[in-house]
Amino acid sequence: MSAGGLTQGPQVVLPEPAVDAGRGTRAGRLSGRAARAKRRLSNPWASGIAIVLGILWTIPTIGLFITSFRPESDIRRSGWWTVFGNLFTGENQFSLENYQTALYGSSTNLVQYFVNSIVITLPSVIIPITVALLAAYAFAWIDFPGRNWLFVAVFALQIVPIQVTMIPLLTAYVDVGIAGSFWTVWLSHSIFALPLAIFLLHNFMKDIPSSLVEAARVDGAGHVTIFFRVVMPLLVPAIAAFGIFQFLWVWNDLLVALVFAGGTPDVAPLTVRVAEMSGSRGGDWHILSAGAFISIIVPLVVFVALQRYFVRGLLAGSVKG
Amino acid sequence: MATVTFDHATRVYPGTERPAVDQLNLHIEDGEFLVLVGPSGCGKSTSLRMLAGLEDVNGGRILIGDRDVTDVQPKDRDIAMVFQNYALYPHMSVADNMGFALKIAGTPKAEIRQRVEEAAKILDLTEYLDRKPKALSGGQRQRVAMGRAIVRQPQVFLMDEPLSNLDAKLRVQTRTQIASLQRRLGVTTVYVTHDQTEALTMGDRIAVLKGGVLQQVGTPREMYDAPANVFVAGFIGSPAMNIGTFDVKEGAALVGNAQIPLERSMVAGLTDADAGKVTVGFRPESLDVVPSGTPGSFQVQVNIVEELGSDAYVYGSLQSDLGTGELSAGDSDQVIVRINPRDVPMKGDIINVAIKAGHEHVFSASSGNRLG
Repeated sequence: MSAGGLTQGPQVVLPEPAVDAGRGTRAGRLSGRAARAKRRLSNPWASGIAIVLGILWTIPTIGLFITSFRPESDIRRSGWWTVFGNLFTGENQFSLENYQTALYGSSTNLVQYFVNSIVITLPSVIIPITVALLAAYAFAWIDFPGRNWLFVAVFALQIVPIQVTMIPLLTAYVDVGIAGSFWTVWLSHSIFALPLAIFLLHNFMKDIPSSLVEAARVDGAGHVTIFFRVVMPLLVPAIAAFGIFQFLWVWNDLLVALVFAGGTPDVAPLTVRVAEMSGSRGGDWHILSAGAFISIIVPLVVFVALQRYFVRGLLAGSVKG
Repeated sequence: MATVTFDHATRVYPGTERPAVDQLNLHIEDGEFLVLVGPSGCGKSTSLRMLAGLEDVNGGRILIGDRDVTDVQPKDRDIAMVFQNYALYPHMSVADNMGFALKIAGTPKAEIRQRVEEAAKILDLTEYLDRKPKALSGGQRQRVAMGRAIVRQPQVFLMDEPLSNLDAKLRVQTRTQIASLQRRLGVTTVYVTHDQTEALTMGDRIAVLKGGVLQQVGTPREMYDAPANVFVAGFIGSPAMNIGTFDVKEGAALVGNAQIPLERSMVAGLTDADAGKVTVGFRPESLDVVPSGTPGSFQVQVNIVEELGSDAYVYGSLQSDLGTGELSAGDSDQVIVRINPRDVPMKGDIINVAIKAGHEHVFSASSGNRLG
C-alpha cells in the first residue's frame, strides 16, 4: 500500500474563501456571486452527498490509524472496528509499541528512511521552483525573439510520459557518474516538475497588471529589483500552492526514487521502504500501519502550515477597475 | 526641471502599417503644463509612453533637456509617471510605495522618510502612511500615485489619464488640486486626457492629436478662438461647435435662408476640390436670437431646451427653403444655440438666430483646414 492514497484525505480540506464585506461595486458584485454560490452549495442534497463521500474517503485512513495503535495479537484476532464495541467493556489496549518498532526496530529502521525522504524532498521542491520562477519571469515580462514558440515548446514537454524518459535518463546519469546518488532523484524530480511549474507561475505572473511592472521600471528598477521587490511578494500564494503540490508529489513518489536511486538504504526514501514492507512483510500489519502513518505526518504538517498562504486578494488595492 | 522635445518621433506597432504616432514634433518648455488630448486611439497615450521609455521609438528622437533619451531605459530618464489605474504596489504600505524609487536609488533612510512625509503633507496623506493601498479609497489611492511621483523630484511628470477612475465630483476637485500643485512645484508636466474640459482647464498649452497626427498646439484660448481645422473646432468646446458645409454664392455662404458674407481672402482660398462649398462653424454662444426678418438670420426649430441655470441651450434643427441644411454639433445632428435662461422658447417654436459678426469659423470643405 502506498502512502499516496492516504494523503488524499487532508488534501481536500481547502480554506474558506474570505468574504470581503462589500467595498466598492466590484466587491459588491463578488459578494453577490459568493452569496449565490453559497446558496447553491448549501443545498441539503449536495451537503449530504459531500458528507457521505467524506466519510467513505476517511474510513480506510481511520481504520489504519486505529490499527497502528493496537497490539499485534489484537490485530490478528479481530478487526479494527471492534474497538468501538469494546469501548465500554474496557478490553481495548492501545500502545505506541508499533511506532517504536517501525522507527527503531533493527529490521525496519524507518528513521534512516525518514531522513532520506527529507533530503530528497527539499531540493526537489526548491530547485524547480527557483528555476521556474526565473523562466516564468522571462516568459512573462522580457520580450525576446521566439518567446511564444519557446513557451509552447516548454509546455509541450508535459506530454512526454515519465516512463519514456527513464532509460535514457538513467543511461545519462551512469555516464556522468552520479548514478545511485541523491543527485539523480533531485535532478529527475526537477526535470519532471519544470514544464508545469513554468506554465503555472507564468500564468500567475501574467495576472500581475503590466502597469505595476511599468511603474517599477519608471521608478528606476531593473529586472532583478522588479523580480525580488515587486513580482515575488505578489507570487507568494502561487509559490506556496505549487510548493505544496510538488512537495506532496515528491514525498509520495515511489517510482522515480526506486528507479533512479535504487533500493539501497542510504538513499531510498520512506515510500520505498513502506512498499517493501507490504511486499516482504505482508503479515506484519502492526508495523506497516505505523510506518504508513509516519509517512503521512510530514505532508499533513506541511499542508496545514502552508495553507494560510492561500490568501485571496493579495493584489487588492493595487490598480483600479 | 527640463524641457521636453519630440523631434519627428514615430511609433509603428509591429504588424500594423499605419503609425500609432506619426512624425510628432512638439516642444514643451521648462515648467510648462502640456495636455495631450484627443479621442481614444489617437496616439496620445502612446506618445506619453514613448517619452517614458515604455514604447520603442521607431523614428525620430525624443529629448529631455538637451539629452537625447530615445534609446535610454525608463529607469535612467529621471521621470515620474502617474498611471491611469494608479499601479500602486499592493504589498507595500503607502510610505513604502512613495519611497520605493528613492530606496532603489540608494537614498539614505532618514532622507527618504523626510521627503515622503513632506509629500504626504502636501497631499494630505500623513495619517495613511502606514496603510496598505487596499485600505484606501479611490481618491486616496490617486493621491498616493501622485505622491509617488512628487517624492522623486523628477525632471518631468507624466500623467496618463490620472482622473478617469474618479467620480465626477472628485474629478473636478482633484483637477484643480493637480493644476495648482504643478504650478507650485514648477515641474514640466505632460498630461494625457480624452476629456477636453480637463485639457482646457488644466493646461498651459494643449496639443490635439488625431489618428497619430498632431493637429494643433496652443493655449486654451487659441484653441478655442482659432481652431486650425474642422476636427479641432469640433473637439474643443462644450457644448460642441455647430459645423456645416454650405454652398458659396457671390462671396457669401448660404446657411439656411441667410447669407454669411465671407472675406475676400477666404473666397480666394477656395480650390476646385471644394466644388463651390465651404465649411462654416460657429459656437452656440456666437448666436443671437433676433426678430424674424433680420438680414443674415436663419430659422431654427426648437427640439429640446436644456436649462443649466446660468445658461440655457436650445437643440434644434435648421429650417431652410432649400431643404434642411447639413448642420450638426458634435455627435448630435442638431444646431445648438445658447439663449437667455430667463426667456426660453417652447418645444416646437421657431426662433430666428444670427451669427455675431466675426464669430464664424470658415474651413475649406475639402481639406478641413482653416481659411483666413
